[in-house]
Amino acid sequence: MKMRKHINKRKATLSFLATALMIIWACVAMLPFVFMFCSSLKPGEEMLRKGLSLSIEPGVSSFSNYNALNTYRDGIYWQWYKSSVIIMVLQTVIGLFFGSMVGYGLAMYNFKGRNLIFTLVLVVMMIPFEILLLPLYRMLIRAKLVDNYFGVILPYLVPPFMIFFFRQYVLGLPKELLEAGRIDGCTDYGVFFRIMVPIMIPAFGAMTILSGMNSWNNLLWPMIVLSTNEKFTIPIGMGTTITPYGNAYDVLMPGAVMAVVPIIIIYLCAQKTFIAGLTAGSVKG
Amino acid sequence: MQQVSQRRPNRAAAFLTSRKVVPYVFVAPFVIYFLLIYLYPTVSTVMMSFQRIDGPTTSEWIGLKNYQKLFSRNFIQALETSTRYAIWDVIVLTIVPLLFAVLLHSGLVKGSAFFKSLFFIPALTSIIVAGIVFRLAFGTQDTAPVNVLMTALGGQPRQWLMFADSGNFVLIVMTLWRWMGVNIIYYLSGIQAIPNDLYEAAEIDGANPIQKFFKVTLPGIRPVLIYVITITVLGGFAMFTESVALWQQSNPGGIGRTIVGYLYQVGITKANMGMASAVGLTLLALVLVVNLIQLVLMGFFRKEDA
Repeated sequence: MKMRKHINKRKATLSFLATALMIIWACVAMLPFVFMFCSSLKPGEEMLRKGLSLSIEPGVSSFSNYNALNTYRDGIYWQWYKSSVIIMVLQTVIGLFFGSMVGYGLAMYNFKGRNLIFTLVLVVMMIPFEILLLPLYRMLIRAKLVDNYFGVILPYLVPPFMIFFFRQYVLGLPKELLEAGRIDGCTDYGVFFRIMVPIMIPAFGAMTILSGMNSWNNLLWPMIVLSTNEKFTIPIGMGTTITPYGNAYDVLMPGAVMAVVPIIIIYLCAQKTFIAGLTAGSVKG
Repeated sequence: MQQVSQRRPNRAAAFLTSRKVVPYVFVAPFVIYFLLIYLYPTVSTVMMSFQRIDGPTTSEWIGLKNYQKLFSRNFIQALETSTRYAIWDVIVLTIVPLLFAVLLHSGLVKGSAFFKSLFFIPALTSIIVAGIVFRLAFGTQDTAPVNVLMTALGGQPRQWLMFADSGNFVLIVMTLWRWMGVNIIYYLSGIQAIPNDLYEAAEIDGANPIQKFFKVTLPGIRPVLIYVITITVLGGFAMFTESVALWQQSNPGGIGRTIVGYLYQVGITKANMGMASAVGLTLLALVLVVNLIQLVLMGFFRKEDA
């Protein structure tokens, strides 16, 4: 009896400490967002003078900076937003289509060359994309795809990480589904689109968020490809408001908030499927 | 004529749906992608590294000259910066999220589902935005948030971004802030896949929680661990955007310039693509060698005996 009480007490202490640790990190994780929001309400000179602070002062703080997004260089911020959305949607939809197809093919069929192709997927995942920038850029120049949205998404059409993930996911599905579909008179493609894709929805959910977030936040490659100011994505555009002569915080801070809010909303709506999907397609063997 | 054109699509359809061909149709996009986006550019990087390139179509073979000129002071500094970051990145981003994942799975934490989804949110922000906030948080003024905290804890305010070591510390904090939630989810996916009877068996043998972690959890998540370390090594050596976001245009003595930063500067800003290719291949060699050593040490190539 006494011992059990002792163990319970120890467990309660441990539980308290663990939960406290989680709460501390939760604060660390959220604090930059709070800073960002508070700063977005302040005049730019205030930021330049005092830097970050958590205060919201009545009289000084207001939402007027958000109006600056509409007026700054004729509302170019919303042009950047449009570019980011177009690129994100194209890149994600095409990537999901090809990524799921290849991953499914590798998992569902046994064919000559399968191991070679899967090994290539793994090798490609280990090559830093950054070393391909220059030859790809030269290729774009020759193909006249510079300063073009298609040039931006070209390297992400068949994302290896998606192939890897979808393969892991499909390996966990019963192969009998394919046979059953065939008996019902479906072609193999029909089986994929009509039977398998609906089953793979959690995997699609997880990959949509990962791909959307990669694309939305991508900087280096779009910066190399795009050269017209109106075609810039949000990260490139925001980069142009940072200058040695002082940063345009009036635009930067509300712009940062507006850039992150839609992603967080999508995430919060889909987070259950997202986390379940990511966990189910775990990295096995 | 008419007959042929009518039969052709049928034959094509029959060919495409035959059981032998179907798998290849499914994987064809990757094969094309691999040849176009990876193989061709990789081969052309190797070739470019032996060339002097003037404009998109004219080039001249210059043998090993790019490699001979490679190890300038700036490049060595960039190598140091990236290596320092990669080492700390691997240590911190492997261990800390693992600790959190184990705690979240242990049942000791109340509301663990809530924390799991909350910890992921920083990964949704762009690095540029994160960099702006962290630059200000670790600002030079005594009133910058981190310096206020340092003073409150009885320390001295610092000029964080003026020195290579403290700058690297800020980079690691920022990376941990962004990636913690992602790595926690990777680890949890591995931990949840470990069958419960293994833990029960260990308990019957009288194992304490720490022994259970080292004897059951750690071997059980080895594939996930290998995956996390591999992508962290890659991300560490190839880091670029984080340092650009943090130092912006003021980069005292080049302490924020990484290998990819140097590659960008040489290849795009100075338009010396041949030299930049040599830089890129050095990076590739570095990543592959480090990852190969890591994979051997982690027993990736060992035959599964369990």
